[in-house]
Amino acid sequence: MNCFTSFRLFTLLILASVLSSCSGVWNNPHDENLVGSDILFSSFSSPPKHLDSVISYNANEWVFLSQIVEPLFQYHYLKRPYQLDPLTLVDFPKKDFLAKDRNSVVDAKHAVFTRYTFQIKPDIYYQPHPAFAQNKDHQFLFHHLTENDLASIHSPADFHTKATRLLKVDDYIYAIKRMGIKQNHSPVLGMMNPIIVGLKKYSNKASQDYDLSEDYKLGSFDIEGVKKLSDTQFSITIKGQYPQFLYWLSMNFFAPVPWEAVRFYDQKVLKTKNISLDSYPVGTGAYQLVENNPNQKIRLRVNPNYDHGFYPKTGLADDAPKNLLDDAGKPLPFIKEAIYSLEKESVPLWNKFLQGFYDASGVSSDSFDQAISISSSGQMGLTDEMVQKNISLVSVVEPSIFYFAFNMADPIVGGYEPKQQKLRQSISIAINYEDYISIFLNGRGIAAQGPIPEGIFGNLQGQGLGEQGINPYVYRWHNNQPERYSIEVAKKLLAEAGYPNGRNAQGEQLTLHFDTAATGPDSKSTLNWYRKQFEKLGIQLVIRATDYNRFQDKVRTASTQMFTWGWNADYPDPENFLFLLDGQNAPINTDGSGVNGANYDNPKFNKLFVKVKQMRNGPKRQQLINEMLSLVRQDSPWAFGFYPKSIALSHSWYQNVLPNPLANNTLKYKKIDAQQRVTKQLEWNSPIVWPLWLLLIVVILTIYPIMKAYRQHEMKVISQPNAHQNSKEGS
Amino acid sequence: MFAYLIRRIAFAVPILIGVNFITFALFFMVNTPDDMARAQLGAKQNTPEMIQAWKQSHGYDKPLFFNDNPTKLTGEGQKSPGVVSQFTDTIFVQESIKLFLFDFGESDSGRQIGADIKERMWPSLAIALPTFLIAIVTNISFALLIVLFRGSRLDTITMMVAVAIMSISGLFYIIAGQILFSKILHWVPISGFSPGWEGLKFLILPVLIGVIYGLGSGVRWYRSIFLEEIGRDYIRTARAKGLSEIKVLFGHVLQNGMLPILTGVVVIIPSLFMGSLIMESFFSIPGLGSYTIDAINSQDFSIVKSMVFLGSVLYITGLILTDISYTFFDPRVRLN
Repeated sequence: MNCFTSFRLFTLLILASVLSSCSGVWNNPHDENLVGSDILFSSFSSPPKHLDSVISYNANEWVFLSQIVEPLFQYHYLKRPYQLDPLTLVDFPKKDFLAKDRNSVVDAKHAVFTRYTFQIKPDIYYQPHPAFAQNKDHQFLFHHLTENDLASIHSPADFHTKATRLLKVDDYIYAIKRMGIKQNHSPVLGMMNPIIVGLKKYSNKASQDYDLSEDYKLGSFDIEGVKKLSDTQFSITIKGQYPQFLYWLSMNFFAPVPWEAVRFYDQKVLKTKNISLDSYPVGTGAYQLVENNPNQKIRLRVNPNYDHGFYPKTGLADDAPKNLLDDAGKPLPFIKEAIYSLEKESVPLWNKFLQGFYDASGVSSDSFDQAISISSSGQMGLTDEMVQKNISLVSVVEPSIFYFAFNMADPIVGGYEPKQQKLRQSISIAINYEDYISIFLNGRGIAAQGPIPEGIFGNLQGQGLGEQGINPYVYRWHNNQPERYSIEVAKKLLAEAGYPNGRNAQGEQLTLHFDTAATGPDSKSTLNWYRKQFEKLGIQLVIRATDYNRFQDKVRTASTQMFTWGWNADYPDPENFLFLLDGQNAPINTDGSGVNGANYDNPKFNKLFVKVKQMRNGPKRQQLINEMLSLVRQDSPWAFGFYPKSIALSHSWYQNVLPNPLANNTLKYKKIDAQQRVTKQLEWNSPIVWPLWLLLIVVILTIYPIMKAYRQHEMKVISQPNAHQNSKEGS
Repeated sequence: MFAYLIRRIAFAVPILIGVNFITFALFFMVNTPDDMARAQLGAKQNTPEMIQAWKQSHGYDKPLFFNDNPTKLTGEGQKSPGVVSQFTDTIFVQESIKLFLFDFGESDSGRQIGADIKERMWPSLAIALPTFLIAIVTNISFALLIVLFRGSRLDTITMMVAVAIMSISGLFYIIAGQILFSKILHWVPISGFSPGWEGLKFLILPVLIGVIYGLGSGVRWYRSIFLEEIGRDYIRTARAKGLSEIKVLFGHVLQNGMLPILTGVVVIIPSLFMGSLIMESFFSIPGLGSYTIDAINSQDFSIVKSMVFLGSVLYITGLILTDISYTFFDPRVRLN
């Protein structure tokens, strides 16, 4: 046996032994030892930038942060419409209306201030954290770290000693004080300054010559409207009446922050390792963050000190699956760990979900046809492939709106005269958002009838009062559903507006300008679609595409004519949508900082808005909202666009899944059947080995002719000079 | 050689200043400090006061290049404009000066750029280095094999395949590879990363695809280099001495073909850990590939300037290394 044959035999043996030893799943991207545990495997597409509760304001950050920190309130997981529940509070706060002197209690009508008194639960503890660890002399162990101490430390979870402490009301007050420090750049400080009594004054004083090392507890200044009453009680006094304030208190900005954590993280040696409060928040929530590599993986592990959360017993809507109450009353959380991996591309994400390596997934446009089938009646369902895999589909109308805005300060499309209203109404009819939803969103949306999305108080469509809730300037009620007026009606309105067949009095074609930040190749078809909608009326639409910075500038300076934009609800109250049309929020009235990009400024609407803002939900509020909607539909500062619908798929082993776009701390309610996951992963991913053998044979078969050809080539080279020599000798 | 190196490093300084200046000018032509503040604070609730506070704490409240009202304090504590501070009390100088000490500082979102680079360079290197080494060996081997059978059908067919490989988009190889090897055959994970030996299973597919994708252009390039060498007199002499074709190819053609190969190869070695945007994105490799582009999208100037600076330094280093490598392979070359 020669050397070459021995080598081949050896290789074959190695390969055969490797293949036979590799049983199970080869393509599992996760640690195989973890798959059989109560661990959620999920993904994120954009890395979170901030996890400091005072700074963070993005949905992709709150997915993590909300599992860790606990503000005073949360949204009930099951109840619809969305409803607030006390989270760390014993009950809803006591509310007192105060007179000008801030002491005497008066009735709501005469209230100048409102004071909320909160009582927190007495036995809530923080997650174990090195920031709390103390020695016998009550000195903090890790508040003076050196580089040597951190040699093997990559996250706070790596510290050998951790401790906890009781949640105090001081931590809530401290969080508001941190929000007031301008150097912390809290995105809601500007919003809260005019609401909380004394916050602005505190903010200006405390931010001046701010130096954290001097005063970690921020004890030098107090906020006049925020007072500690006892170890478990504190109060916040706000100016006037603002019922939506409680919704703000359910946001992470108002989650408690222990001063020890701020002190601990304010060490240079930790900062150089990117260990900070902004990357490793400390909280009382069901989970703690044990690994934060925003470019690869984020890991949450159950907080062993968490014992105050229970699965809701009531509140399930009639049309929701009844098994959502199977775990009613059980202590939370069910999942012991959650591992989120960064997936920037939809192809690998989708395929990993189908392989069972992710427990849930959204549906991108690329995979829509593979996942969703639309019935002849327009109902969405799962394809056979998904049904075979026992995958579930849940969908929800988001509390968001995408709208097409007219700049009301523009001389052509703006203005409040009947003719100007008719021009906008005509365009609103022509832009067929039912088509848009069908073409560009695969049906994932609902054409909007007004600024308030379904599921939010004030939207009559969501309350089953469709006919009363339609926009009568764009739709008629036909066959028990809204039907968009024909283009003929739009043309008639356009003619009445002074532009018969899209031409002005001089016979020139009306040319309108559409500003957009959509400049990529993917946007071309959308922009062409808009152009065609205007062509139906004989109007020429000029697209002015620019980058997002310039686009924002144009909106701020009212230099646009028409544009599209969107809004996601901060909280489920109509005020959060109607304020987008309040004149006080128009950029032209606020030096560019207002969010009413359409510059809509109708005094009647503004007046009603002030009233509606301060009211509780009820028939009277609904009546005023109807009046506002009536005004805004007639004026048509927006073509109301659509409310997007989100779709999510989940495997059968992922349970208690109910979409709640406003609640972010929902991981604690979810459950995993890990054994079922292991079985299915094995079933769906057993490796196909025969192509490996085929490949090996092909390689061997290729080598042989090459070797043969080389030998022939060598012979040829050797024989030629001899032949030449022989011929010479012969001659 | 030492004097040569010093001279080259000295030449690098004005080049780096120039690169930094161009980066700065281009970035601020598109993004104003106000835009940057809005991008960081979010579009929802920001006020002019908050934007000003953000600019102030990040040093973007100063003029870009020239400050006609610098806040230099005199001994008496009064403001007095100094000529030097009119240039130094600007965003350009304040943002640039630390770069030359390789102190990248904090990103605009508050993370340590140096720590991020250190953490992200290893995954990039884990893909790029094996791809680079295997690709060189494979490309050279294939090129030599083709040169051995030059003019034959194998040569023609291989060149056609090489052109076909070059003509297909890299994205196709990635998606096709993921579908074939992970989705259909279930051999390797479709994407992911893990440090240490456990991560080997994640590297197989991207490295294989990287090697295959580079095969077309690599083989064609090396083949042309070797064909040029194989026609030279010393090769004829080697054959006349009775050396086998293998010995001729590896002992003479390859060695003498190294100079043009080094020109193209050594220069990219230092840049290997800068990563690949598409490869890392599709295979979820937590490398540096998307670091710069993400920073441009989020208008994070601190990262953009650091990465452009680092890229320039590495490129210059690559060029110097190329020059040095010549001296090892060509005894006629002297660096002086």
